[in-house]
Amino acid sequence: MGMGFVQVTITLVIILALVKPVGSYLVKVFDYERTGLDRIFGPFERAVYRIMGVRDKEAMGWKQYLGAMLLSNFVMLILMYLVLRLQKYLPLNPDGIDNMPSAQAFNTAVSFITNTNWQSYSGENALSYLSQMLAVTFPMFTSAATGFAVAVAFIRGLIGHQDNLGNFYVDITRAIIRVFLPLSLIVALFLVFQGVPQTMQGAVEASTLEGAKQTITRGLVASLESIKHIGTNGGGWFGTNAAHPFENPTPLTNLVHIVCMMLLPTSLVYAFGLMIKNKKQGWAVFAAMGFIFLVMLATVFVAEYHGVTALTSAGVNGNMEGKEVRFGISESALFTAATTAATTGSVNNMLESLTPMGGFVALAEMMLNNVFGGKGVGLLNGLLYLILSIFICGLMVGRTPEFLGKKIEGKEVKLASIALLIHPVIILAPTALALFRPESIASISNSGMHGLSEVLYAFTSGAANNGSAFAGLNADTNFYNVGIGLVMLVGRYISIIAMLAIAGSLAAKRVVPVTTGTLRTNTPLFTGIFIMIIVVIGALTFFPALALGPIAEHLAMPH
Amino acid sequence: MKMTLTAIRVSVTLMLLCGLMYPLITTGLAQALFPKQANGSLIQSGDVVIGSELLAQSVTSPKLFHPRASAAKYDPTASAGSNRAVASDDYVKEIKEQIAELKKDNPTLKDIPSDLVTASGSGFDPDLSPEAAKAQILRISKTTGIAERQIEQLVDSLTQSRQLGIFGEPRVNVLALNMALLKQAKL
Repeated sequence: MGMGFVQVTITLVIILALVKPVGSYLVKVFDYERTGLDRIFGPFERAVYRIMGVRDKEAMGWKQYLGAMLLSNFVMLILMYLVLRLQKYLPLNPDGIDNMPSAQAFNTAVSFITNTNWQSYSGENALSYLSQMLAVTFPMFTSAATGFAVAVAFIRGLIGHQDNLGNFYVDITRAIIRVFLPLSLIVALFLVFQGVPQTMQGAVEASTLEGAKQTITRGLVASLESIKHIGTNGGGWFGTNAAHPFENPTPLTNLVHIVCMMLLPTSLVYAFGLMIKNKKQGWAVFAAMGFIFLVMLATVFVAEYHGVTALTSAGVNGNMEGKEVRFGISESALFTAATTAATTGSVNNMLESLTPMGGFVALAEMMLNNVFGGKGVGLLNGLLYLILSIFICGLMVGRTPEFLGKKIEGKEVKLASIALLIHPVIILAPTALALFRPESIASISNSGMHGLSEVLYAFTSGAANNGSAFAGLNADTNFYNVGIGLVMLVGRYISIIAMLAIAGSLAAKRVVPVTTGTLRTNTPLFTGIFIMIIVVIGALTFFPALALGPIAEHLAMPH
Repeated sequence: MKMTLTAIRVSVTLMLLCGLMYPLITTGLAQALFPKQANGSLIQSGDVVIGSELLAQSVTSPKLFHPRASAAKYDPTASAGSNRAVASDDYVKEIKEQIAELKKDNPTLKDIPSDLVTASGSGFDPDLSPEAAKAQILRISKTTGIAERQIEQLVDSLTQSRQLGIFGEPRVNVLALNMALLKQAKL
């Protein structure tokens, strides 16, 4: 446990050390004024704009920005769906994989365009190499870039003086060319160096030491794996994701995976502070998110080291079910806390086999959905809660609430409430529906309270666009494929639409000068209230469901 | 209409850039720089592929080291974890049976290496903890006639420490261990 603590601490220090430089870099990436980066990336970007037919100087109001985002995401969704449905007839299919059935292809295409990466299939037996490239690796770039773009557009709305949020196509192109592509290439090569395959050749037949046959599946794994974490996507090449030695062969690749998935979500919070010219505000939000993250991490860490009481007394130390020896308990606990905080959803251990309190952490972080959160969208959810906190504090002190000099009024609070309330609705309603249908209950693999957690986890993961699973659930049925597919779509786009509408509305508002009566939102006191409001709203909404699932299971744990 | 056309052009361009050019360029560089790893870290004996360094394979002979249990039956075309609920009476009962089984081979064992009685996450965990490997020495020594000391030295010499001295856990690769054992015993 001592060495485990050291490893976790060092990893967190590395992440913290990168927040400022990467955050500053992000600000430059999305700065439309000329910066030094133009010299390096400018010519390439201009060529891409010409091919795409994009006029990069064209500004967009919030409706146009939203329209461009929805339209292009829809086109990509169609393209991906077609690739999955036709993969048998397309090239680059060395293992002879069949076409994907329609409900599963719908689920998969939606899953990747929404940055969820929920997988009701196992890549090694359900996807051709071309599908892994065009229907998985490609949307990993664009969905992450889309989340980023929307977050930056929202910030532009906060600080702007007119309804001009920038240009969506320029923002995603910049995110991809200035951040994702170069970083992914470098990380992918490091992963190959450590043992991750990157080959066009199909599976190879091995004859084992005992003379049995073993079919070793492989593919273009490293190029998927790097963007999977940098873009907080999370969908693996193989069914068992980053627990698979071909996705995550060494403790060092595990470290790189964790740093990559925390890198941009944490830096973006700092970048937010820089962009609104109020670094203290950025750090206030960062501190709130960081605090919740540390509490969650400590919980899963201790729970897994403790293991199941009845087995500890039989001489077994800690819970290694579903974990890999090279990572051990500490690296597995850290990965779990990070992947559900950053809404990545990749796993290096089987979350279903976590102890009840370990599973609780994964569920709770996705339910809060703003502990750093996925590329861009996590910050948006955090700001959503911030707006709500400002509103509530404003009511308490009897002043019109304002944020960065912009008045928060009825319209903004209504929109924020819609975005906030949709999250529990699309988790709890479909979970209840599934538990009404004997056919969907049949998908559950573990009985009792843990079975409830399986279903609850599936819809929470879809709604939070996380993608991790209690993988015992057989989710490849029409009900779960279509149901979770719809939940992912609503979870992703409704809050984005609401936030862009808020941005458009705030952008058009006059800035009110700061006076002594202004509620200051970057103080430790306010940060404390902010944390309280996140926890209270989260607890009020989800406590009954959590009490029936992991909490009851914890209390009933065999002694 | 023009908006739709732009959306289509943007989507197709980015699809070719991120979905085709990027993975292909990465493959070219990876194959040039690290060909062995890029093709799956395969172990060959002449023309025959024996397996991959990184993937556990099924071992049933009592004369060899057994890897961790696999919910995938060590078949890489269908990776899987056990996905068992660990806080259930069934699970506790099964693990206790496993422990009893283990103690048959090794009556004096007190601290049970937890990796030896649980299934791995991937189904192909290539490693054992040094303790889990050592818990098998008595059985192997009995069935092969190789001295316990000698097998223990083998385990120690193949044990990898934490990476950079910090990250991960100490471990020993089962396939490497078995190959070394076979070489030594000329079984």
